Amino acid sequence: MAILIVAEHDNATLKGATLHAVSAAAQIGGDVAVLVAGEGCQAVADEAAKVAGVAKVLLADNAAYGHQLAENVAPLVAELGKDFSHILAPATTTGKNLLPRVAALLDVGQISEIVAVEGADTFKRPIYAGNAIATVKSLDAIKVITVRGTAFDAAAAEGGSASVEAVGAAHDAGKSRFVGEEVAVSERPELTAARVVISGGRGMGNGENFALIEKVADKLGAAVGASRAAVDAGFVPNDMQVGQTGKIVAPELYIAVGISGAIQHLAGMKDSKVIVAINKDEEAPIFQVADYGLVADLFEAVPELEGKL
Amino acid sequence: MKVLVTVKRVLDYNVKVRVKADQTDVDLTNVKMALNPFCEIAVEEAVRLKEAGIASEVVVVSIGPKAVQEQIRTALALGADRGIQIETDAMPESLSVAKLLAKIVEDEKPGLVILGKQAIDSDNNQSGQMLAALTGMGQGTFASEVKVEGEEVLVTREVDGGLQTVGLKLPAIVTTDLRLNEPRYASLPNIMKAKKKPLDVKTPADLGVELRAHTELLKVEPPAERAGGIKVASVEELVEKLKNEAKVI
Ligand SMILES: Cc1cc2nc3c(=O)[nH]c(=O)nc-3n(C[C@H](O)[C@H](O)[C@H](O)COP(=O)(O)OP(=O)(O)OC[C@H]3O[C@@H](n4cnc5c(N)ncnc54)[C@H](O)[C@@H]3O)c2cc1C
Repeated sequence: MAILIVAEHDNATLKGATLHAVSAAAQIGGDVAVLVAGEGCQAVADEAAKVAGVAKVLLADNAAYGHQLAENVAPLVAELGKDFSHILAPATTTGKNLLPRVAALLDVGQISEIVAVEGADTFKRPIYAGNAIATVKSLDAIKVITVRGTAFDAAAAEGGSASVEAVGAAHDAGKSRFVGEEVAVSERPELTAARVVISGGRGMGNGENFALIEKVADKLGAAVGASRAAVDAGFVPNDMQVGQTGKIVAPELYIAVGISGAIQHLAGMKDSKVIVAINKDEEAPIFQVADYGLVADLFEAVPELEGKL
Repeated sequence: MKVLVTVKRVLDYNVKVRVKADQTDVDLTNVKMALNPFCEIAVEEAVRLKEAGIASEVVVVSIGPKAVQEQIRTALALGADRGIQIETDAMPESLSVAKLLAKIVEDEKPGLVILGKQAIDSDNNQSGQMLAALTGMGQGTFASEVKVEGEEVLVTREVDGGLQTVGLKLPAIVTTDLRLNEPRYASLPNIMKAKKKPLDVKTPADLGVELRAHTELLKVEPPAERAGGIKVASVEELVEKLKNEAKVI
């Protein structure tokens, strides 16, 4: 067996999500190659070559791949992927955008967001917002899979010494162009990788009030998340949404503030090790999953919490 | 420009699904079914494009047994012009769905195809990207803004790092995210009118598509339950528990 992993990166550094996919690949078993497709991304390839368990790095450095446009990258992955039994990518927005296009080009299905490897062709994945876990067996010759990062430990970033091989093929489908981006910059840890996450919901009332939980986050070295309602209301940007259709997090400590606990929100955080809920409604469903529930007005409880940390 | 929208019949998003005792699948008997929320957003966007004079016609397509006509009628009540049902009792997998839709695209030649980014049952997030691959079109997935400008559609996408805007040559594929729009409610007169709008029925065989299985469902289990927690009486107690019992701070 041979496994091709599509690296997640920004042309400068390898993203941690890739390391979780490497661990999933190790559980499947076989030689692991990592594809770095981008522009001016040699440093990423060098980083990938050091990851424990990676045997080979394929580097496709071309202007057409600079912004990871699926129209251009998918034909490359499909072409290289023919020599592999499995093609994996992290279940990030980049991986989710790209991999189904690859699968269709190869005329195979895709298994999305696996959370466990049961065998080389059998995997577990959540369905119905995580209210059921399906065990599915792939019937295709090439298995195309996205990997949920929180379900697999990160492979060691150091310890490997893979060869880096340039792949020549360049595809510019001419169907799409990158226009621009608004990237959130934050000093805080990344939501999906943080040890502690504190999230605010509609109960926060407005965007300014998020400062209350940001102060707690600063004391705990936590990332700040949000419910859909808080994002929809414009309190905070979309990249902070936790849930079925936002980010999936599983920190050691998750603190939900002014969040009711809709199934779509729970889908994104209920695998956290310890869950704390602060809500003034004692009937709020979030208390059913909370290890520690505090029925209180957040505008009193959160500043008090900050003071006691 | 014609806009094609796809809709899927799924369980209502408020319903917490249960797993069958024999663990063969989830139990959908007597469960309330509805239009997939992301598909509803897709329909709304198409209708708005029509209202803005950009789309000339909105065609809605759904795949499934006769019951999916209910969701097609819902879309027609929201403002779509005509419907197509691709009748099958099987629950086709994403690649088969994309193959069926690719045939409809070939026949209808829409300028834009709008799909939901995922269905809340399978949570796959695949069909739009697969359809884009099969038709060779550009794809604007997870859209929070769609602007048609000349021969191009500008799509702002919700990505992990924030927002990204891409320009796609028309015809193109768009998949919707939650914040693209807020769907309207269908008015009673529009629900009545929708009953008279044309609805074509085709079969996969009519379209020359053979439905293939790419996966086998071996088992469906409930997720691990969390052990019940406790209520703490004060912030002080909370901090004490987190420090000394859970040892996470
Ligand atoms: C297709 C689909 C996908 C979705 N995806 C997601 C997703 O990915 N993530 C997500 O989060 N949601 C998602 N949702 C939305 C979800 O169904 C809920 O609507 C949402 O999670 C509610 O957010 P909330 O808990 O902040 O708001 P509410 O449900 O309005 O809850 C607010 C809570 O704040 C409490 N509160 C108010 N004031 C105070 C106060 N002063 N002190 C203490 N507590 C207070 C209230 O008691 C209440 O429990 C999705 C929905 C659909 C249909």
